[in-house]
Amino acid sequence: MGNAKLRAERPLSPHLQIYRPMLTMMMSIAHRISGAALAIGFILLAWWLLAISLGPEPYAQVSSFFGSLVGRTLLFLFSWALIHHMLGGIRHLIWDTGHGLDKVSIEIFAWATIIGSTTLTILLWLVGYWLKGAF
Amino acid sequence: MATPLGKVRGLGAAHRGTEAFWRQRMTAVANIPLLIFLILSIVTHIGAPYAEVKAYLAQPLVALALLALVVSAAIHMRIGLMEIIADYVHGGAKVIAVLLATFFAAGVALASFVAILKISLGY
Repeated sequence: MGNAKLRAERPLSPHLQIYRPMLTMMMSIAHRISGAALAIGFILLAWWLLAISLGPEPYAQVSSFFGSLVGRTLLFLFSWALIHHMLGGIRHLIWDTGHGLDKVSIEIFAWATIIGSTTLTILLWLVGYWLKGAF
Repeated sequence: MATPLGKVRGLGAAHRGTEAFWRQRMTAVANIPLLIFLILSIVTHIGAPYAEVKAYLAQPLVALALLALVVSAAIHMRIGLMEIIADYVHGGAKVIAVLLATFFAAGVALASFVAILKISLGY
């Protein structure tokens, strides 16, 4: 019974719902979510490659899906997740060298990842539309 | 409790060390140029006719880069999925989750692999 009492009163490690949300915490979560999302994105890449390997008919189908509003929205979100995850990953690679772990740097890295990923994604799509002759 | 040899190896009772960590970093570094290449390949071929896209992907160096990407990304993805599973999935469900993550990573990688080979070899 003494054990049961100990178990009941043992302090628990504070978890997500206890902490005030912070930017660096959100970036950590975003890195994981974008990584998981990219696993789904891998299916789209495999589908695209398989369609091309199978012939003009399947390619036309995959092209019309990616060209649709739903397809474009998905591709936009996946490209954003990819760029965000890549910039976040570069941030991790810098940390692995032991640099940039101080309080000021981590905030700068967090903002650089958000602003960088959003800017690059929009830029990428503008270039895409421009190459397609939209403007 | 560790034997002198065990101390030198520094791997603990599991006899395994930092392979996943190191592999995650190696594939991360490889993924950066390979994914930039994929993005550029896609953006420069938006709305391109079938024959043109296929001819582009069939080039040996393009196929090589895409094959490297598929392998590297699948390894990176599986390590990431395993990390997520380790954090959130417990008990019997974890076994299922690990199987699914592994089959998924192998499945999308192999499907992409075969597709790239088929495109570049022209069968």
